[in-house]
Amino acid sequence: MLRVEGLYSGYGRIEALHGIDIDVREGEIVALIGANGAGKTTLLMTICGNPRASAGRVTLAGEDITGLPTHLIARRGLAHSPEGRRIFPRMSVLENLRMGASIADPRHFKDDLDRVLGLFPRLGERLDQRGGTLSGGEQQMLAIGRALMSRPRLLLLDEPSLGLAPLVVRQIFEIIATINREQGVTVLLVEQNAFHALSLAHRAHVMVTGRIALSGSGAELLNNPEIRAHYLDGGAGGGAVSTS
Amino acid sequence: MAAALSPPLIRSAALAAVVAALLALPLMGVRLVDSSSGLSLAGRPDLVAWAAGGVFCGRLLIDLFRRWIADFSIRLPLPPPPPDWTRFAVGWGLALFALVLPFLPFADRNLVDKATMVLIYIMLGWGLNIVVGLAGLLDLGFVAFYAVGAYSYALLSLTFGLSFWVCLPLAGLFAAVFGIALGFPVLRLRGDYLAIVTLGFGEIIRIVLQNWQDLTGGPIGISGIERPSLFGLSFKAVPPEGQTSFAEFFGLDYSADHRVIFLYFLILILALATNLFTLRIRRLPVGRAWEALREDEIACRSLGINPTTIKLSAFALGAMFAGFAGSFFATRQGFISPESFTFIESAMILAIVVLGGMGSQIGIVLAALLLVGLPEWFRDLQMYRMLAFGAAMVLIMLWKPSGLLSSRAPTIRLGGRA
Repeated sequence: MLRVEGLYSGYGRIEALHGIDIDVREGEIVALIGANGAGKTTLLMTICGNPRASAGRVTLAGEDITGLPTHLIARRGLAHSPEGRRIFPRMSVLENLRMGASIADPRHFKDDLDRVLGLFPRLGERLDQRGGTLSGGEQQMLAIGRALMSRPRLLLLDEPSLGLAPLVVRQIFEIIATINREQGVTVLLVEQNAFHALSLAHRAHVMVTGRIALSGSGAELLNNPEIRAHYLDGGAGGGAVSTS
Repeated sequence: MAAALSPPLIRSAALAAVVAALLALPLMGVRLVDSSSGLSLAGRPDLVAWAAGGVFCGRLLIDLFRRWIADFSIRLPLPPPPPDWTRFAVGWGLALFALVLPFLPFADRNLVDKATMVLIYIMLGWGLNIVVGLAGLLDLGFVAFYAVGAYSYALLSLTFGLSFWVCLPLAGLFAAVFGIALGFPVLRLRGDYLAIVTLGFGEIIRIVLQNWQDLTGGPIGISGIERPSLFGLSFKAVPPEGQTSFAEFFGLDYSADHRVIFLYFLILILALATNLFTLRIRRLPVGRAWEALREDEIACRSLGINPTTIKLSAFALGAMFAGFAGSFFATRQGFISPESFTFIESAMILAIVVLGGMGSQIGIVLAALLLVGLPEWFRDLQMYRMLAFGAAMVLIMLWKPSGLLSSRAPTIRLGGRA
């Protein structure tokens, strides 16, 4: 579904990605874990066309999307829930969801709304409330729900657990699993919360300073002693963000 | 209350008083006096002392008042937001009042004329609201499009003899083209940077108008601009050859008031059309995308929205309404010159939008009434007029820091989803 080959990218003269190769197959959840500054968010942003890749190729379902503007990439079925949620704070929950369906066929709106509200019943209780007045967890639900409104084939999630209470983190990850299992949405997930991400993912990559350091199935990496030492100690079970 | 006079309060009031004294020293503290040996300077320490003392007490009162409000509002639960129908009722009430205004017993020619002026600013405010209030693009050169509209009408009408009703859409179109011309180079700019470029754009247009003598008449301007007619009925005392006058057609005695009232209704219709357009487009995808773009451009891109077209459409449509207002201005005055399109006009329109609450249509009506109407009502105060105007603005910003009406009604509700 998504294939990244030899991708280089950065900001201005600072190169942040030094040749990344990953692929995401249809129906999978793939996790990218790594410390702060490893380049995880830059990789997602580069896949979405901002910043542009300086070298390498990104293909979505066989089509080369390298260098396309962000909005055209989104229209090819790739939904991106950016870092920090980025919901529209002064607009109501329903308006936020309607914005998510901007590129979808308006006739599907009611069905898509029902589907998303089925996943996130909490949003259904707050449809007329302003986005900015939601709690952190609800805002994250809104960001994911908004991305799902366009019926994407591939969903990119950037740190959905950021700044959320452990209980809410678990809830969000359960919903991600549901989206993948029941609705067939392929997911590429960036996380610092390695334990949750690895338990959920079919496959995972570990990023260190702009390169893929290690790849494997979620379970393999979860049991890898090096990963345990770097990313999981103290983080397991509690959902606390691990540091390295 | 005495216990509330804590040292920080006194300190902040004293600081404000010092600043006021420093400002007042050169502005009010000295006076030129005619003496036997020619002109000399005389100090006026009493005025400076009054200014500093006034600011000290004023600052103290404001702080105490704020503290009292804060105490008070902690004890009270938050008031529920006004139900939707109040917004609706106020809007329709104002529209009805505007419709009957010229026929009310106290409405003389002077009042209708003032109301026409207020309506021009309401229309400009509604136009700028699309750009600033909805799309969140800070535009300090909005008057440029007003000028383009005015000059388009004047030149088209004088050169080709086209009537007002033909020129009006053309003027709107020209202004929209200029809006896009401004929009292209500033697509990547936001906030302060955008404001500076738009400010420059406004000045460029004015300076071109001032210097392109062959076309625009330069600083002398254009006079003798054709007045509008109602379906061919002229409002002149002696209608031109082959035309009937309005008064003759309806068997009325000629009165200059007819034209004033006609112009009033003309701008009322134009302004209401602007309002209806904005209210409608807010509920359409493009209008909602304007607001989403104001909130978060990166999120918009990742939802598949092309920011280029959305921004350009906001610039173009906002400019179009300024163009309509401009051609109305030209036909009402019969004379235009670059002097009518200075930066202070842009600032005034922006002040109306900001004071109204950035995005609120009714807020803009109230703000235009205050900003355009107040200086007129304060005329009796003579030399203190602008002082009272400034004080009124400060009070509004203290009382409503985010504008008169800053609440926002959602554009879709569950009942209306489809």
